Amino acid sequence: MIWALVFLPLASALASVLIRSDRIRRAMLVATAAAHSALTGICWIAPPAVAPGAWVGLDAAGRLFLGISSLLFLAVSVYVAHSLGRESRGRQTEEDTGAVFVNAPEAVFTACLLMFLSTMTLVVASRHLGLLWVAVEATTLATAPLIYFHRQPSSLEATWKYLLVCSVGIALALLGNFLIVVASASADGSGGTLLAPDLVARAAQLRAPWLKAAFVFLLVGYGTKMGLVPMHTWLPDAHSEAPSPVSALLSGALLNCAFLGILRAHSICAAAGLGDFSGTLLAGFGLLSMGVAAAFLANATDYKRMLAYSSVEHMGVLALGAGLGGVALYGAMLHAVNHSAVKAGLFLLAGNFLAAYRTKSIARVGGGARRLPASGLLWLLGLFAITGAPPFGTFASEFTILKAAFAQGRTAVAVVALAALAIAFAGMSKAFLGMSLGRAPEGETSAPEREAASAVWPALALLAVSLVLGLWIPHGLQAVLVQAAHLLGGGAP
Amino acid sequence: MGNAIDILLVLLVLTDLVLLGSSRLRNAIRIVALQGLALGLLPLLAHGRGRLWPAILLGAGSAVLKGFVFPALLRRALRETRASREIEPFVGYIASLLLGVGALALSFGFGARLPLPWAAPSPWMVPAGLFSVWTGLFLIVARRKAITQVLGYVVMENGIFALGMVLVEAMPLLVELGVLLDIFVAVFVMGIIVFHINREFDHIDSDQLEALREGAP
Repeated sequence: MIWALVFLPLASALASVLIRSDRIRRAMLVATAAAHSALTGICWIAPPAVAPGAWVGLDAAGRLFLGISSLLFLAVSVYVAHSLGRESRGRQTEEDTGAVFVNAPEAVFTACLLMFLSTMTLVVASRHLGLLWVAVEATTLATAPLIYFHRQPSSLEATWKYLLVCSVGIALALLGNFLIVVASASADGSGGTLLAPDLVARAAQLRAPWLKAAFVFLLVGYGTKMGLVPMHTWLPDAHSEAPSPVSALLSGALLNCAFLGILRAHSICAAAGLGDFSGTLLAGFGLLSMGVAAAFLANATDYKRMLAYSSVEHMGVLALGAGLGGVALYGAMLHAVNHSAVKAGLFLLAGNFLAAYRTKSIARVGGGARRLPASGLLWLLGLFAITGAPPFGTFASEFTILKAAFAQGRTAVAVVALAALAIAFAGMSKAFLGMSLGRAPEGETSAPEREAASAVWPALALLAVSLVLGLWIPHGLQAVLVQAAHLLGGGAP
Repeated sequence: MGNAIDILLVLLVLTDLVLLGSSRLRNAIRIVALQGLALGLLPLLAHGRGRLWPAILLGAGSAVLKGFVFPALLRRALRETRASREIEPFVGYIASLLLGVGALALSFGFGARLPLPWAAPSPWMVPAGLFSVWTGLFLIVARRKAITQVLGYVVMENGIFALGMVLVEAMPLLVELGVLLDIFVAVFVMGIIVFHINREFDHIDSDQLEALREGAP
């Protein structure tokens, strides 16, 4: 079952290189995404049994993150099938920089997207930390060509930065894996293991100093990929240069995958009685990320970079929730679902703005609600969804985390987090309101344009997910959230 | 066996130092290739009981990739560029070497103090590995060219590979091979991007020349 989830996109990636017709290839992309989601749905309804020593298997946390990734990929694939059609074929000019460029071949782009889905599935299904490492590095390699779809110097620079920073970061995580082996091996050097469930079961016998060192390396390594400050330097560049649907997947799905790697390490530490150590580190990085990102959000000039910094901020929220532990970990799980849905939706809408206005500058976009009636309105709703306003799900999850912080007596932490959220809200609302309701810039038309259904519906569906989750959490999802929180060493309300 | 491992590790440290002071790209590529070949022998010498075949597979795979495939790729990328073959450091060669010697001393200090639960195949293994990781990171941040950064990445992976030999008993072969495959693809993709960087920047230069010509009366 799990292998089917991994190999189905891989096979269709191979096929997409061979298929000549763009129309058939786009249809196959959507069909593969739909099949992947259907299989994921089956895994949710009837979780496949996992053999004790198996390297791959879906536990509750794996199911949760697989669900997010698969759903997101489905929505994005529908959008991609449309947005590839509006990309021009020949030489084109980027209006912000004046660069002349051509696009990468569509077949390669589609193949990399599908390989990305395959490697992402492997990440969430890995129970073996070594396999997890291999899969996370593979996601980096599959996504690098996606960022360089628009073949212009700025994209190239972003791709290079992404590839190098993440590869080096991930190499440090490999050292962390080595240290875990040292922590778990017996005195003659045999019997070391990297199987996460075994490590949790044997946690009491692990060598604590080595485990601590391992956690630091894993946190820095996967934290680079997750976009925690100060390892986030690649993130705003890559997200603003990548085509919008790719940014949606990077923010919504890939960052979560890296977070799962950190969570696995955190759960081993928690089982070994080092939960305070790893939790404090996580919460510290989380607060730092929220604070730094809020400062950048207050002065954003490029709306895709703004969304990227908002991702840094929300990764900070996730790390904070996981670090606080207890009910806050449940809150972090819920927030991961909410943030992924909202952020992916917003990036897709940003793609519509970019297609209409041909610029990423906030100042040069205005009157979006008139010119793009659907996208402009959704963009406004998205503002409330991303900043955690009720009734959206992000409010519920951020509230859960902050309430847990107060309940644990960490008032200072909660106050700093609230301040960061407030600054982010102020900065983002200025930009969002101007883009949707502000005056149209000189020389830009404000006549309403017809928007294609497939450019709007995916974003609408994703925002609706967050709205529904704010009002009512389905029983099945609630069960998985609670199980995942318990599995990773937290609690549930 | 112990002596042979020591010699390889000394070779690793020496090649790192040479890299820090080397000013020619072509030379640097050759040195990294030599380092990769030497490290390919390491699993053969350090392998544990009954793990001869996996060790041969890992060693041979690593030696072929790092000794032949990577250098060929990088040389190809270098051939396409019309830029100078100087390394163009941010930090000068002498300063790099001095920093390197300092880092080497620190690595030895740290390696001697690290209370490994069991004896490594050679007391040099941890310090040499750590020093190689440091050298790789240093080359990535202190050299200007993309191709030198790829070399730094390979050197860093070599260091991690040497450190991994301490755990040769405990790491499953499949993981080691997966790691090797990832590094291969990573360097492959990096090579392609270096190629694009060269082409893109040549392309831009010539485009600008064209634009100027059109603009002239």
